[in-house]
Amino acid sequence: MRKEYGNKVAVRKLSLMVPLGSIFGFLGPNGAGKSTSIKMLLGLVKPTSGEAFVLGERAGDVAVRRKIGFLPEHFRFYDWLTPAELLRLHGRLCGMAAAKLRERIPVMLDLVGLTPHRDKRVHDFSKGMMQRIGLAQALIHEPEIIFLDEPTSGLDPMGRRLVRDVIRAQRERGATVFLNSHLLSEVEVTCDNVAFLKDGEVVAAKDLHALGEAEVHVVVRARQLSPQAIAGLAPWTTAASVEGEQLTMTARSSDVLPHVVRHLAASGADIYSLIPARASLEDLFVRIMGEDRGL
Amino acid sequence: MGCWVMAGITFREAARKKILWTALLAGLGFLALFGIALHYQIEDFGAHSSAPFIRYQILSAMLMVGLYVVDLLAVVMTILTSVDTISGEISSGTIHAIATKPIPRWQILIGKWIGFVGMIAGFVALTFGGTIAVAYWMGGVMPENAFHGALLVFLECLLALSVTFMFGTWFSTLTNGVIVIGLHGLAFMGGWLEQMSGFTESARLVAVGVVTSLIMPSESIWRRAAFEMQTPLAGSLPFSPFANVSIPSPTMIGYASFYLLVALGIAVYHFHWRDL
Repeated sequence: MRKEYGNKVAVRKLSLMVPLGSIFGFLGPNGAGKSTSIKMLLGLVKPTSGEAFVLGERAGDVAVRRKIGFLPEHFRFYDWLTPAELLRLHGRLCGMAAAKLRERIPVMLDLVGLTPHRDKRVHDFSKGMMQRIGLAQALIHEPEIIFLDEPTSGLDPMGRRLVRDVIRAQRERGATVFLNSHLLSEVEVTCDNVAFLKDGEVVAAKDLHALGEAEVHVVVRARQLSPQAIAGLAPWTTAASVEGEQLTMTARSSDVLPHVVRHLAASGADIYSLIPARASLEDLFVRIMGEDRGL
Repeated sequence: MGCWVMAGITFREAARKKILWTALLAGLGFLALFGIALHYQIEDFGAHSSAPFIRYQILSAMLMVGLYVVDLLAVVMTILTSVDTISGEISSGTIHAIATKPIPRWQILIGKWIGFVGMIAGFVALTFGGTIAVAYWMGGVMPENAFHGALLVFLECLLALSVTFMFGTWFSTLTNGVIVIGLHGLAFMGGWLEQMSGFTESARLVAVGVVTSLIMPSESIWRRAAFEMQTPLAGSLPFSPFANVSIPSPTMIGYASFYLLVALGIAVYHFHWRDL
């Protein structure tokens, strides 16, 4: 899909597949087109060209929206309602019967920890409480796919843990979660797969469970490291630099480490230690996105 | 289904945010003022022992002024209460959580429209009916074709509501308010130009008035209502502001109804296709 606003291209070429039943992280710097992409998938914004299918049906169709839950980034709602009234309204808009709602609303309030506040008006809620009720309205009808746009923004550590647990519980019941977040540490511990969006285009997609295998940071303490030996590491590494007796490199996977050791030993280097460390998602993000351009 | 949920929440919002009660309080305030004015006028009749025919004509004229104020009040209330409902929810992002629910967008818009129609119907019934009841109870005067007149005033409010909804799908709340109030002001001026042309017999003034009424026919509806509600004698008095000198035809009322439907249709169409 592509989306243009006048001369500005918000989304250049969005093409991605999200595995069912997974937690999918959608990452990118500010202005990369993440929110516009989600809005196109939800039918809030019409693509300039291209089309998307969600659960086999055209994105935005009423039939698809029945199976979708959405927590907008800046969740705003009729704040004169109480949380129970708000959930009832959203449930009714989803076509839920009154009896089902009577049973479901207390469960949802309990799930997001708002039962003690059930009689307050939403305008008295803090930002974190707003996020929680927003999450509850997105889940009220047990959707098959849940789009969460920055669900942990404004939440304290307890709230973040609650959201993380709720997201995992959704995966346990077979739902797919599409997560847009800036908090890479959250994404790293929650998501199964991620896609990186840059300048309105998906530039990389990764399976986070395989990420540790794919990219390994290695710190080697050695003497007699020759420039030729470092240059010869290229087949197994994506980056390598030496500072004193310390060689820091990024190996393509942990499988290549024996080759690296044999190569260095053969070049005459004396190896004292080799410590592999898993590349963090943040490292990967920075490498894919390049330097900060002040966006 | 979605329509009725949205209509209900729109109505409840007005009630919970005290918009409805403030409007009703304003209406009751007007009724009280109208009653006081009538009371003093009737007392003065006693002091000057006016002829019953003159008394009746004066009280009828006061009733027409009262109904004109009701008409103005109802249209202004309609615009003020509904001006933010579409544009405000789009700009604040409130619409995102609603428009992603499994209901077509037209049901969101029409549901809100129905909610406001219910409120306006209540407001018009209270203020219009209240004004007539006060006049009849205190002075024994009744307008001709009162029900027909009330329906026309209600139609004028629905026209203002639909135009407000239409521009609300394009513009911000403030811009929308300026446009709709401006259009109603234009119609107001056009109506009075047409009325004046009856005294000055200026064909060009008539043309300006007619064109203005075609741009925004709200005031024409009131002038038709005034014609319907006045006695033939009161309507023929040349000094009356509601004199039957330039009466909008039933075709004009048909045009206004068509205008209303087109405005609502454009609102639905544009709201369906626009990005949110």
